[in-house]
Amino acid sequence: MSPTNYLLLSALLFTVGAIGVLVRRNAIVVFMCIELMLNAVNLSLVTFARMNGQLDGQVMAFFVMVVAAAEVVVGLAIIMSIFRTRRSSSVDDANLLKY
Amino acid sequence: MSALASEPMMTSVLAQAASTGGDAGVGEAIVFWILGPVSLASAIGMVLARNAVHSALFLAQTMIALAVFYLMQQAPFLGFVQIIVYTGAVMMLFLFVLMLVGRDSSDSVVEVLRGQRVAAVLLGLAFALLLVAGVGRTMFEVPSVGLGIAASNGNLPGIGRLVFTDYLLPFELTSALLITAALGAIVLGFAQKKPKAKLGQRATVVARLRGEHARVSPLPGPGVYATANSVAVPALLPDGSIARESLSEIIEGHEVEELPRPPADAHALTDGRPGVSEGTAVRTTVGEEDRT
Amino acid sequence: MTAPPEVLPATGAASVAWLLFAIPAVSALVLFLAGKRANAWGHVLGVGSVLASFLLGVVIFVQALGVAPDQRTTELSLYSWISSGTLNVDFGLRIDPLSLTFVLLITGVGSLIHIYSVGYMAPHASGHGADADAHAEPSSDSSRRRFFAQLNLFVAAMLVLVLGNNFVLLYLGWEGVGLASYLLIGFYQDRPSAATAAKKAFLMNRVGDVGLALAIFLIWLNLGTLQYTEVFARIGELSGGTILAITLLLLLGACGKSGQFPLQSWLPDAMEGPTPVSALIHAATMVTAGVYLIARTNPIYDLTPTGRVVVALIGVVTLLIGAIIGCAYDDIKKVLAYSTVSQIGYMILAVGLGPAGYALGIFHLLTHGFFKAGLFLGAGSVMHAMNDDVNMRNFGGLGRKMPITFVTFGLGYLALIGFPFLSGYFSKDAIIEAAFGQEGWQGWVYGITATLAAGLTAFYMTRLMIMTFFGEERWRNLKAPDGEDYHPHESSPVMTGPMIVLAIGSVFAGFVLSAVGLNQWLAPSLGELQESPDGALPHALVPWLVLACSALGVLVAYLVVGRRPTPVQRPEPVSFPVQAARRDLYANAFNETVIERPGIWLTRALVFLDNRGVDGLVNGLAAGLGGGSARLRRLQTGFVRSYALSMLGGSVFVVAALLAVRFA
Repeated sequence: MSPTNYLLLSALLFTVGAIGVLVRRNAIVVFMCIELMLNAVNLSLVTFARMNGQLDGQVMAFFVMVVAAAEVVVGLAIIMSIFRTRRSSSVDDANLLKY
Repeated sequence: MSALASEPMMTSVLAQAASTGGDAGVGEAIVFWILGPVSLASAIGMVLARNAVHSALFLAQTMIALAVFYLMQQAPFLGFVQIIVYTGAVMMLFLFVLMLVGRDSSDSVVEVLRGQRVAAVLLGLAFALLLVAGVGRTMFEVPSVGLGIAASNGNLPGIGRLVFTDYLLPFELTSALLITAALGAIVLGFAQKKPKAKLGQRATVVARLRGEHARVSPLPGPGVYATANSVAVPALLPDGSIARESLSEIIEGHEVEELPRPPADAHALTDGRPGVSEGTAVRTTVGEEDRT
Repeated sequence: MTAPPEVLPATGAASVAWLLFAIPAVSALVLFLAGKRANAWGHVLGVGSVLASFLLGVVIFVQALGVAPDQRTTELSLYSWISSGTLNVDFGLRIDPLSLTFVLLITGVGSLIHIYSVGYMAPHASGHGADADAHAEPSSDSSRRRFFAQLNLFVAAMLVLVLGNNFVLLYLGWEGVGLASYLLIGFYQDRPSAATAAKKAFLMNRVGDVGLALAIFLIWLNLGTLQYTEVFARIGELSGGTILAITLLLLLGACGKSGQFPLQSWLPDAMEGPTPVSALIHAATMVTAGVYLIARTNPIYDLTPTGRVVVALIGVVTLLIGAIIGCAYDDIKKVLAYSTVSQIGYMILAVGLGPAGYALGIFHLLTHGFFKAGLFLGAGSVMHAMNDDVNMRNFGGLGRKMPITFVTFGLGYLALIGFPFLSGYFSKDAIIEAAFGQEGWQGWVYGITATLAAGLTAFYMTRLMIMTFFGEERWRNLKAPDGEDYHPHESSPVMTGPMIVLAIGSVFAGFVLSAVGLNQWLAPSLGELQESPDGALPHALVPWLVLACSALGVLVAYLVVGRRPTPVQRPEPVSFPVQAARRDLYANAFNETVIERPGIWLTRALVFLDNRGVDGLVNGLAAGLGGGSARLRRLQTGFVRSYALSMLGGSVFVVAALLAVRFA
C-alpha cells in the first residue's frame, strides 16, 4: 500500500471539516470542524515526512498542534464572552457587521 | 530519562505494524483500511450530529484514529502528543465550554441562509474531487523514502535536534504565542462587573427623592418578627393587607403555598379577637391566661 | 506719398506732455478714492484738472507753432513699459500736429462740458430742475463726484489714446475710453434701460476691440514692433494681402468705437447716459477715435486702395442710414445721436478717400466736435427745462422761453446743415467735393449719397428745430413724465456759458480753421492734402448742389412739419419707410435674429450637450457605480458562514487553476 492513501484520507477529512464549518451554526461545533481540518493537514504533513525521509514535516505538524492549542484557547474564550453578552453560541447571531 | 529510555522500545513495538521502509506493509494496510473508514465516518458523524456533545465525541474518535496513523507512520512522538494534548486536553476543554455555554447546543434543522447547505456540499465535493484527483495523479508515482536514516537516532531525539537547531526561532516564537494566548483567554474570560459609583448617604437620599430609584423608601422588611420565624412570611400593611413587596420573589415562588394562610386582618393579632386564626388565637389565649 | 517727417525728441513744454493725461488721471483717482470727503470740492477739482490739461496743451501747441513744420513731430519716451522677449514697448508719447489737434479738441471741448456739468449735475436741492435727471435718481454731491471722476477718467484715457506713440498705448487708451463710456452710459445705475444700454455698448465695442487687437497682433507678428514710426517705415515690406487684412481689422475696431455700420446700434442707446456725456463722449471725442485710428495709420491705408474703398463704403452706408433713421425719431437725443452716426460716416468716408481726404476728415471732426457738442448741450438744456422729457412731440414754442438755448442751438443747427460760411459748410462740402472727385463709379456713388444725406440732414434737423422751438406750445396742456407741469426756463449761466462758447465755435471754426491752414498744419502727420481732381462733377458745382439739396430738405421739413400742427401722439400706422426708420432700419432686429438668437440656441444646445452628454456620461458612470455598489453591498450579509463559503469557492478556483496549469 502506498502512503499516498493517507494523503487521500487527509484530503477527504479536510473537506468534511470544511463542509462542517459551512453548515454548522453552533460556534463550538464550527470550532471542532476547524480542528478536524487542522488534523487532516497534520496527517498529510506526517505522511510527507515519511515519504521524503525527513523529520521536518513532523516538526511542522508539531508547530501546527501548538498553534492550534493557542487558537483553541483564545477562540473558546471569545465564544464564552460572546455567549455572556448575547446568550447565544450561534455564529449566525453575530451578524451586525454588515451592509 | 526513563521516558527517553523507553522510547526505542515503543517504536520497536509499533514498527511491527509499520514497516521501516517507505511503503506500507500489509499490517499497516490492514490497520489503515480499518481505521481510515472509521475516522472518515466519525468525521462525517461529527458534522451530522445534532448534539454538540456527540460531535465532540466523534471528533475525539477521529483524533485517536489519526494518532494511530501517526504511530504507524514513524511519528510516535506526534502520535502520543495527539492523544495526550489533543484528545486529552483540547477536547476536554471543548467539552468544558460546551457544558458551560452550549446547553442549547443542538442546532435547529432549518437553514436560514438560502442555498448554503447545497452550495457547501457541492463546493466541498468539488474541492475533494480536485484534491483527490491532483494527489492521486501525482503522488502515487512518487517513491516513498521512509524515515530510516533521518530517524536513526530515534524519533524524539531527531525532532528535538531539529526544534532546537533549525527551528529554534519559530519554537521560541510559539512560546510567546502561547503566553499571549493564555493572557488573552484570561482577559476574555474574566467577567468583571462594573463597580457601581459609591454614593454617600446624602447623595443617595437626594437621588431617591429625585425619583432616580423605583421607590423613595426601602422595600419593607418581611414580617419575620411579627408573626412567624421565616423570611417567607410577608409583612402587613397598616390596613392589614399583605405587602407583597416585602417578600423576595425567589422565596415567594417556592414558599407561598406552604405558608400558613396569613391572617386577613392584622389587628386581630394585637386585639386578641378570637376566631380569626385558629393557631394564633389559641396561642394568644394561652398567653393571656398565663398572665392572668 | 511724402516721406515721413523726421522724428525729434520732445523739448520744452512738450517734455512734460505726460502731465496732459496724468493730471486728469490723478484727479480721477483722487475723486474715486477720496469718497464723501471730496463731495464738496470734487467738481472743482474735476473741472480744474481738465482746464490745467487744456492750458498745458495750448502751451505745447504754441511751442509747436513756433518751429518749422518739419520739426513739429516729436516723441517723448517716458520709460520702458513692457519688455518680454522680443516684445519691447516703451511708454512713449508722440506729440505731432495730429495728436496736438486732438489734445486741444479733447481738453478744450472737455473743459467746456465739465463746466456745463457743474450746473447740469448740480445737487437737486440747489433749485428747481437743477438736475434734469432728478426724477430718476435724486442727484447728490456723491453722484456728481462720481460723475466727475468718471469724466476725468475718460479724458485721461482719451489723451493716452491720442498721445501714445505705439499701438499698445493706443489700445490702452482705447479700452480706457471704452470703460469710461460704459461707466457713464450706465451712470444712472437704478435705470434698467441705462444698465442694458451700457452693456450693449460694451459688448458691441468688444466686437470692434477684437478687430483692433487682432490687427495689432498681426502687425507685431509680421514686423516685430509696435512703434508707429517703425511700423510705418517698414509696412511696405509686407504683402498686399497682409496689409489689407490689417486695414480691415483696424476698420472693424474703428466701426466698433465710432458706431459705424454694422456696429452702429449701440450709439443711440448710449444716450441713456447724462447729456454732458452724450455731448463729450458720444458726439465730440470718443466716437471719433475710429477716425483718429484710420488717420493715424494713414501710411498703412495709403498702401491698399481696396482697404480704402471698404472704409469709404462703410462711411457712405453709415452716413445714409444715420440720416434716414434720424428723420423718424421723436427723441431729441436719439435724433442727435443718429446725426452723430451720420456725421462720423462723413468722416470715415473722408479718411477712406486716402490722401485726398485724411485732413478733411479731421477738419470735419473738429467742426463737428464744436457744433455737435453745442447741440447736445442745447438738448440737455431743453431737457433740463422740460423735466427731463426727451419727446419732441411734447415740446414746441420753446424758443421764446429759453432764448439763449434757442440761439446757440440754432447756430449749431445751421452749422450742421451746412449753412454758408458756418463750420459745416466748410468741412462737409469739402468732403463731398473730394467724394465727387473720385474716379469712376466711386465718385458718383460717394458723391450722390453724401449729397443726398446732406439733404436728409437738413430735413431732420429742421424738423427737430421746428418741433422743439417753434410752433404751438404743446407742453401747456400736458403733464411731464414725472407727473408735474412743465415750467420751461432758461438754464443757469454755468450751463449757457459753454453753450455760447461752442456756438461761437460752430460759427467760426470752419472759417478760421480753413483760413489758418489746418491742412498744412496737419501735413506732417497726414501728408500733404492732395487736391482732388474734378471727377464726376466739377468742384465749382458741388457747393451749389449741396446747398440746393439742403435747402430742399429745409423746405420739405417746413412743409411737412412746420405748416401743420404736430400731433402729440405718434401717428400710427405709418408707411413702410418710416416704420423701418423708426425701428433703426431693423438693425437691432437683424442683430437679434442673426447673432443673438443663434447664439442663444447654440448656448442652449451646448448646455444641453454638457448636461446630458458630458455630465450625463460622468454622472451616469458614477450612478452606475453607485447603484452597482449598492446592489453588490447586499453580498455583505454579516453571516460568517457566507464569507466562509466564498472562501471555499475561491479555494476551489485556485486549486482548479493550479491543477489546470500543472496538467494542461
